[in-house]
Amino acid sequence: MKSEMDKLIVSSSPHIFVKEDVSYAMRQVIYALIPATLAGVYFFGLYSLWVILVSIISAVLWEAFALFLRKKPLNILLDFSAVVTGLLLALTLPPKVPLWIPVIGSGVAILLGKQVFGGLGDNFLNPALVGRAFLLSSYPQIMTSWIEPIHKIGGMVSQASPLTSTATPLAIVKLKLTGYQLPSYWHLFIGDIPGCIGETSALLLLLGGVYLIYKEIVDWRIPLSYILTVFIISLLFGKDPIFQILAGGLFLGAFFMATDWVTTPLTKKGKVIFGIGAGFFTMVIRLFGIYPEGVSYGILVMNALTPLIDRTIKPRKFGEVRK
Amino acid sequence: MKIYGFKGGVHPPEKKELSKDIPITKIPLPEKLIVLTVQHTGASVTPLVKPKDYVFKGQKIGDAQAFVTAPIHAPTSGTVKRIALYPHPNGRNVLGIEIEPDGKEEIFPDISKDSSWQNLSPEDIRKRIREAGIVGLGGAAFPTHVKISPPPEKKIDTIILNGAECEPYLTIDYRLMLEKPQLIVEGLRILMYVLGVKKGIIGIENNKKDAVEVLRKYIDSDIEIAILPTKYPQGSEKHLIKAILDREVPSGGLPLDVGVVVNNVGTAVAIAEHFKTGLPLISRGVTVTGENVNSPKNLDVLIGTPVSKLIEAAGGFREKPGKIIFGGPMMGIAIYDMDTPVIKGTSGVVVFSEKDAKYYEPVECVRCGKCVDVCPMGLMPTILAKYVRKDKLIEAEELGILDCIECGSCNYICPSRRPLLQWIRVGKTDILAKRRK
Repeated sequence: MKSEMDKLIVSSSPHIFVKEDVSYAMRQVIYALIPATLAGVYFFGLYSLWVILVSIISAVLWEAFALFLRKKPLNILLDFSAVVTGLLLALTLPPKVPLWIPVIGSGVAILLGKQVFGGLGDNFLNPALVGRAFLLSSYPQIMTSWIEPIHKIGGMVSQASPLTSTATPLAIVKLKLTGYQLPSYWHLFIGDIPGCIGETSALLLLLGGVYLIYKEIVDWRIPLSYILTVFIISLLFGKDPIFQILAGGLFLGAFFMATDWVTTPLTKKGKVIFGIGAGFFTMVIRLFGIYPEGVSYGILVMNALTPLIDRTIKPRKFGEVRK
Repeated sequence: MKIYGFKGGVHPPEKKELSKDIPITKIPLPEKLIVLTVQHTGASVTPLVKPKDYVFKGQKIGDAQAFVTAPIHAPTSGTVKRIALYPHPNGRNVLGIEIEPDGKEEIFPDISKDSSWQNLSPEDIRKRIREAGIVGLGGAAFPTHVKISPPPEKKIDTIILNGAECEPYLTIDYRLMLEKPQLIVEGLRILMYVLGVKKGIIGIENNKKDAVEVLRKYIDSDIEIAILPTKYPQGSEKHLIKAILDREVPSGGLPLDVGVVVNNVGTAVAIAEHFKTGLPLISRGVTVTGENVNSPKNLDVLIGTPVSKLIEAAGGFREKPGKIIFGGPMMGIAIYDMDTPVIKGTSGVVVFSEKDAKYYEPVECVRCGKCVDVCPMGLMPTILAKYVRKDKLIEAEELGILDCIECGSCNYICPSRRPLLQWIRVGKTDILAKRRK
């Protein structure tokens, strides 16, 4: 018995833990994004797959580089957060961007969006959105060049040649562009419309989002309050609310970016406030800003406000004496 | 009856199937018994015997002057071999009385055989319970006579017996409910009589439906059974009261403050048994289980039995042990010495193999908020842990760190594997130490 004793582990309770760790959660996010990713490749062609792969691989390499500089163990890469960042960034890029765009974008995302603050957990802005915001303001031309989908669902052949430049539905409405036809709700829902690689299929993003909610990785409060806020503000300002929620990057943002653990509030109440705020700022930009789309900046603004929300909104303590 | 539930909590794998169908058995008298002077919450006791003294079974061998304490007794007859420092389940070495049993089981002659509590006054019953060394058998081992002596201004209207047994693996309370239902009801009636209470409730999680059915046969209209959802920490006093009566014990308060006294079903059995046999609390039920013992058991063991004997009774280790836990895996304490004796608060011994006794390297908090969601006290564990690490104890106190019941739900759920509870404990200890200064 003595020799066995020497090996007994003594540690503070609890002695059992859930299996689901950070790496597990990140992998679930990747799985949840696969349908929308594949749809993007189907709609916009094999080139977008290259964009996605370059974005993911460069994000992982940038992460490795940063960990090396910071003298951190490389097994941190196994948390898969760099893969998620690279994938999310790629999904927010137009399909025909040159391949150096995801390399630069993921570099900014990983280095300036995350690692300078101390890595995963210490970043206060969503890294993928930092990368995208940087690209959008540095290369506005490239970042707003769109193509028609090469495949359409339901046998409809696109009238324009795939390489012809086009405009996103939100841009058509916002900039009152003529000569373009607005897609129907159905096409907005399934996603065979011009847009960023992974943002167009509300249906498949919803599917992935519901999966993450079921897996208890995403709190439903954020996407619901976000989308509902966009819907209500659209109604109030006389916009078509269904068009406003389906067109653009709202579903990608609401289910996969506004739900990033690190950069959103800790409490349920705080999460609702986050969703409402993101919806509000998204609509402020869409209605009054110069950009047709406001999801990225809407979420980034709320990321920045998250520390304030967490400082203000506390859960109700058990047995707290009501004053 | 209507159940109100409580916010938060977790659903760890129950693992009760390992031992739930195994009836309670006794084990052979061990060659030595070590009765520690720290058995319970409150003042430790002073030995009343010397080495080489002969002691009878049930003879008082240690007591203290304080109100919050309970005497200790010789679990069997024999000779006091040594009074020395022995390993306590809490990890420290404390003074203990080692008894070498003579195997005769000679009962202390002064023990009263009168078994009728009905003729005793509540005050006399309290005294008997104190003298019998009865403490809460759920784990915290709070002296029972203190619990049932509320200050006169606190009106108690309900007694709840805790049969939730929400800790994974443990099945001893379940077995007691199946095997000794009449003693549980009897014990509850004694408590109701002492406190002048008309309403008794037995709270049981819905994963123990057969226990509910058995107990139903022994109760009358004065006692109700509350079937609770299976959720950890349902067996926490505060959450039991909240779930059954929708009353919240105020921060820093006691169940007394909302008119309730909660006792474990095991404690009720101990009280009823005392008034039947006259014997003090010298044995208790212990579940010995875990994937790493060959045949998990529910045992009735003498206080002071070394843990090695319990593991022997459960068929020994299956493979090399990695961790031995006194109590359940959520709140229990990992021990390191196979001589560590059973104390009055030992409800179970759970053995993990080296493979199952995982240690995880923590990573940065990813702010998922799961710890906040599961905290049954409505706290923000990750923020509390952060404050403690930065030595911001004032901020931690303002955020309610002292309300933490140390259930470990936050630590269990954390995907970053952060030892949140460990930091919170450090913070609580530091704050309380500073207060004492």
